Amino acid sequence: MYALTVENLSVAYDKKIVLENANVTVPTGRLVAIIGPNGAGKSTFLKAILNQLPNKVGKIEILGKLFDPKSLVVGYVPQRNAVDWDFPTNALDIVLMGRYGHTGLFKRPSKQDKQLAMEALESVGMQEFAERSIGQLSGGQQQRVFLARALAQNATIYFLDEPFAGVDAATEKTIIDILKSLKAQGKSIFVVHHDLQTVKEYFDYTILLNKTILASGVTEDVFTPQQLQKTYGGKLFMMQETLGANNIC
Amino acid sequence: MLSGNLLWVMLGTMLLGTAAGITGTFSFLQKQSLVGDAAAHAALPGIAIAFLLTGQKDLPILIVGAAITSALSVYCIQWIVAFSKIKADAAIGLVLTVFFGIGVVFLTVVNHSPLGNQSGLNDFIFGKAATMTKVDLAWLFISATIIIIVSLLFYKEWKLLIFDPVYARGIGLPVEALKAILTVLIVLTIVTGIQSVGVILMSALLIIPAVSARLWTIKLSSMLILSAAIGGISGMLGTFISSMRTGLSTGPIIVLVASSIFFISYLISPAGRLNKYLRKIQFRKQGEVG
Repeated sequence: MYALTVENLSVAYDKKIVLENANVTVPTGRLVAIIGPNGAGKSTFLKAILNQLPNKVGKIEILGKLFDPKSLVVGYVPQRNAVDWDFPTNALDIVLMGRYGHTGLFKRPSKQDKQLAMEALESVGMQEFAERSIGQLSGGQQQRVFLARALAQNATIYFLDEPFAGVDAATEKTIIDILKSLKAQGKSIFVVHHDLQTVKEYFDYTILLNKTILASGVTEDVFTPQQLQKTYGGKLFMMQETLGANNIC
Repeated sequence: MLSGNLLWVMLGTMLLGTAAGITGTFSFLQKQSLVGDAAAHAALPGIAIAFLLTGQKDLPILIVGAAITSALSVYCIQWIVAFSKIKADAAIGLVLTVFFGIGVVFLTVVNHSPLGNQSGLNDFIFGKAATMTKVDLAWLFISATIIIIVSLLFYKEWKLLIFDPVYARGIGLPVEALKAILTVLIVLTIVTGIQSVGVILMSALLIIPAVSARLWTIKLSSMLILSAAIGGISGMLGTFISSMRTGLSTGPIIVLVASSIFFISYLISPAGRLNKYLRKIQFRKQGEVG
């Protein structure tokens, strides 16, 4: 069974085509990096999979089925700056939102929901901040709260949009450890990622994306200088000079 | 002095303020406060046109007219923002002035018509709670109660919808429907208030209680309760004060009461000026000792 199957996916915003004819299949139980330059359509790719875009063509299947949000199989962790952190609420409340799908319309979260939300907060090391106003949390703490919300949802497949952007080293370590333990439980995780230096260390599967899917597969096979050259074009020459291609690949 | 009728009117505007405090909080957090302002102004053409078409000053008819143009204005704003490069602030300014302008034109037509002089439609501009009949009041009670109950029902869903609509859609919440219900409820709040508060100042009752409450709390649940209370007190007290002098419109007094509460909150609330100043002094003192 495949965690994700995408066939001939194209997405356009207004007149501009962002993704064209993307095809990929990813087996279950993988920790997958989605990488590509800025503006390559990585976030769009995630949003298309999550059924957030009206203007798309193509077929997308999650675990062999068309995605039904109500099934709650997909846990989504948006970019941190996608929301307004001035919203009047505390960390535990945000994590509790991960239970809303299970709670059902109009019903209030149960004791068990609160228990599970608290456990999710604990697993990201944030239990002391449960009652803290979300506006007073640091960027890394906000990111952990978002991850905890997805954990509380208890999904099978997780999609994370740049979870490591602007977080400190300790948070990055916490997050990657959690993602690895999710993988050990047989769950599938997709991460939009920017730091090429950590791709090999963190991810066992890689999707290279720039306007379309250029390559996908086991990281060792895909994450090669030739493929990166194809994905990043001229921009990689600069990186090769500063870092040395051997350091990354 | 406190006649039975006045008590009922005060109770009515209190309920109205409570309802506006609740829906206003959601629209404030959704950053839609000014859309409410436009929707309130846009009620005027609806009232005037409904009167011209039917020749009657029956509140239900006028309110249906108000609701139609009010909802239309919200739709226009959303349409302009979605299908042009014009940003929300300009779209709101455009729609508000166009609708209100049309409203004033029709109101002038009404005033020059044979029925115009007794129509009392001018009272809808600044609100006149004293002119409310028993039927008007009954309508206000029912409508405000519906608004309050529905808001509490959707509390959890709206909270997620406003904070993170993408996630809400991702777990299968009917995002578009929830947004639409919220808009309908805000329009309902506005048309419920046009008789007592008036089209120009109605948006103040949606905005001021919410922003005052925000200064006191960091939790949505307590913000809603506080905002509802501030709205309720403003409505009741404003009506009482305006009843003490004949000829005084209700809307402006309600807004003055609400803004006094805002000003006090701005000074002495935890997030207010005074506490900021005290914290600064304390911080400096600690610096001197250490």
